[in-house]
Amino acid sequence: MMALAQTRLDQLSARIAGLHFPSTGWQGKARGDALSRLGEVGLPAARDEYWRYTAPAKLTAAEVKADVSKGEVAFDETDALRVVFVDGVFDAAASDDLAMDGLEIVRLADAVTDIHWAAEIYGQLETKGQTPVVRPLATLATAFATDGLLIRVTGKATRPVHVVYIGKSDTSDAILHHCVMLEKGAEMTLLESGDAAARFTSNLEVDVAEEARFHHVRLQGRNADRRVNTHIFARIAEQSTFKSFTASINGTMTRNEAVLDIVGDDAIAHVAGATVGDGRDFHNDDTVFITHAAERCESRQVYKKVLKNGATGVFQGKILVKPGAQKTDGYQISQSLLLDGDSQFLAKPELEIYADDVKCSHGSTSGAIDDTALFYLRSRGVPLRRAQSLLVLAFLAEALSEIEDEALAEDLRLRLEDWLDRHEG
Amino acid sequence: MALEENLSELEVREGVDRETIETVHAMSGKYKHGWETEIEMEFAPKGLNEDIVRLISAKNDEPEWLTEWRLAAYRRWVEMTEPTWAMVDYPEIDYQDIYYYAKPKSMEVKPKSLDEVDPKLLATYAKLGIPLKEQALLAGVEGAEPARPVAVDAVFDSVSVGTTFQAELAKAGVIFCSISEAVREHPELVKKYLGSVVPQSDNFFATLNAAVFSDGSFVYIPEGVKCPMELSTYFRINAENTGQFERTLIVAEKGSYVSYLEGCTAPKRDTNQLHAAVVELVILEDAEIKYSTVQNWFPGDENGKGGIYNFVTKRADCRGDRAKVMWTQVETGSAITWKYPSCILRGNESQGEFYSIAIANNAQQADTGTKMIHLGKNTRSRIVSKGISAGKAQNTYRGQVTMHPKAQNSRNYTQCDSLLIGDQCGAHTVPYIEVKNNSSRVEHEATTSKVDDDQLFYCRSRGMDEEEAVALVVNGFCKEVLQALPMEFAMEAQALVAISLEGSVG
Repeated sequence: MMALAQTRLDQLSARIAGLHFPSTGWQGKARGDALSRLGEVGLPAARDEYWRYTAPAKLTAAEVKADVSKGEVAFDETDALRVVFVDGVFDAAASDDLAMDGLEIVRLADAVTDIHWAAEIYGQLETKGQTPVVRPLATLATAFATDGLLIRVTGKATRPVHVVYIGKSDTSDAILHHCVMLEKGAEMTLLESGDAAARFTSNLEVDVAEEARFHHVRLQGRNADRRVNTHIFARIAEQSTFKSFTASINGTMTRNEAVLDIVGDDAIAHVAGATVGDGRDFHNDDTVFITHAAERCESRQVYKKVLKNGATGVFQGKILVKPGAQKTDGYQISQSLLLDGDSQFLAKPELEIYADDVKCSHGSTSGAIDDTALFYLRSRGVPLRRAQSLLVLAFLAEALSEIEDEALAEDLRLRLEDWLDRHEG
Repeated sequence: MALEENLSELEVREGVDRETIETVHAMSGKYKHGWETEIEMEFAPKGLNEDIVRLISAKNDEPEWLTEWRLAAYRRWVEMTEPTWAMVDYPEIDYQDIYYYAKPKSMEVKPKSLDEVDPKLLATYAKLGIPLKEQALLAGVEGAEPARPVAVDAVFDSVSVGTTFQAELAKAGVIFCSISEAVREHPELVKKYLGSVVPQSDNFFATLNAAVFSDGSFVYIPEGVKCPMELSTYFRINAENTGQFERTLIVAEKGSYVSYLEGCTAPKRDTNQLHAAVVELVILEDAEIKYSTVQNWFPGDENGKGGIYNFVTKRADCRGDRAKVMWTQVETGSAITWKYPSCILRGNESQGEFYSIAIANNAQQADTGTKMIHLGKNTRSRIVSKGISAGKAQNTYRGQVTMHPKAQNSRNYTQCDSLLIGDQCGAHTVPYIEVKNNSSRVEHEATTSKVDDDQLFYCRSRGMDEEEAVALVVNGFCKEVLQALPMEFAMEAQALVAISLEGSVG
């Protein structure tokens, strides 16, 4: 590995100056390792191919300042175990009791004992996710996470866990790292909502054992100033299911990466997202990398973006089918609806396939609202705006239908509809 | 190979005609066109420096401006690094270990007529199986009228040796000659258009080409002229270790039309050969160019030894409104293919089409695709790419579709399908889609699958052997592209698809 150029070293030093870095115990080892890896690769640069469509500057700048007071918390109708983080730090008073049948939750900052199951996962899945493409911001989160949750799922969790992020300080820079381990046959639903900070960097490492099921639904909502960079790293074992959905509303810079490694036969991995954005400052990037390393597995990527007034939507999705991963069924669709002439959609949907008995396809489309459909609705007496809104919701529906729990899907659908009502014209 | 051993046996058997034996030879994995003509070559010394660039320029009798143009390119090239983003893997190329200039010695004094052309050269064309009556013309037979006119500008290594049909083309006002001749006879046209589509320092390989291009074809279709025949160039790399740096420039003036065919074969070699060609198409208002390629260079042996490195820059610039370009390619040869015929749709309502079949067998690696850059209003593009991987080959479709903000009401449709034969090969799709206005529609679809077992079974049950069955299914898979080829190539290409895949099943 070549030594980093001085400018990139300086940039890295400026970014990590003053960040939280406990150096003892099992965490210290994982964090130290991450720091040295980060020192080798540096922060993402604008010329990196993996950042072709998203300028990393807003995520790598030394400091950010934003109004985070408008962060939106969702799923209030859902009976869930609430865990609250304020400015990236666990708030025990605002959170529910962490005890629940079927799972154990430990706060990362409290997990200091030398032998901890999370040592097998923390930073490990992230490290594995660094090839073939480096993801330095995930490494940064491994090294400098202020807090997070370590969740071990031993049975069928009775309620979802809802992680609520609240940002109070307008200069805060929250870095969280969660690990979830699902044991054989275990099940859980993880919800996330709210804006943690002016800039939120987070890792979610999920180890899904045989026959386990993991559901993940999150809302990145409302706050127009928000900068977010999240990474999901999942290891998906035999006959297990992994499903993740992200609704992203507003935000000045959002980059969500999902790195899914299907290692066991007959497993299922779905990721999906619905994005709505308004204005020239809006930039939303979904980057997905799914590796099929086992037989008869199914993966789906469904992403829909509605963009207006100069907003930018990015999708980079890749399906890698390794030699021997026969009978793979890989599907990927990325679509954008551009509500005006200024907005743009940039996509790089990739397939890399080394096995012959597979069925893989991807589709990508971009365009305006269908005039014929609009005309039809209007001819039936539906007012123009209502007709537009209906067509946009219909467009987003395919992504929302990826959420298994209908109540959660409906909650997000209403929020998207509300956004449309407020952003008419 | 047992088959090979049996060949001599076959030959002595009675009742087996020559053609059958040849077919068997071709099918047994031997490269059909793997022979070498012994003609004295004149080489420039190995390696590349400013002196070599000047020498190439001097050998071609070029004017000062072109020499300077080449030198400027060379100076840029020295500063550039070889691109590594393509999904191809090959040993490092030593650019100083290559001859940059070779020409048949008998060409030192230009023949006054075709009769004076080295007979061995003529025999070369015969072996190539140029399917045309030009054989007779080249041999000097009076009154040999072609049934269907196709003009050939044959490039033998680095210098064009014979151009036919000049008279008939001249009558229509069409200029079809070697680029070196064009530099001498039509300097104003060459100066105006050369490098205007693929700039001197466009990319590493194109810049190298700009510095050292030895020859190539030049076509000029005047305003309103529909070229009376299809034009064709047969490329052939013939001298060991000679890089071939062709430069093709086609200019279609307002309202004109031309169909250009390019087909290639090359002799069998052990050392890798570098080929870095540049093709520039300039298309003005209401004009149309069809550019079809069948590329069948030596792909290397089963283990990837030998074979051509094919690093080509092809680009069409639809400068005028309603200009139209259609690229059709059948890429079956070369050890490594790095080729992205592109369309710049500058004129309003201009159209670009790209039809491609890329077959990679054994250890071949192909990274090919297209770029559709929509700049003008109401522009349309269509991409149909069929990639077939067999053996241990890697086949990548890499493409870009960009709708600029001003390209209102434009349309793109992309379909790339990959077919895998065997579990050792790879098929990859890397599209870039950039949509910067909302009145345009962009659709991209890609699929990857294997040869359908039911279809194979059906063919087998009708008495076909496995290879025939696969060839038939693959030809069906490629149908849309094969249909886009001109007649002359369509038949040949179908056979080529079958031959390219031999040995990939069973």
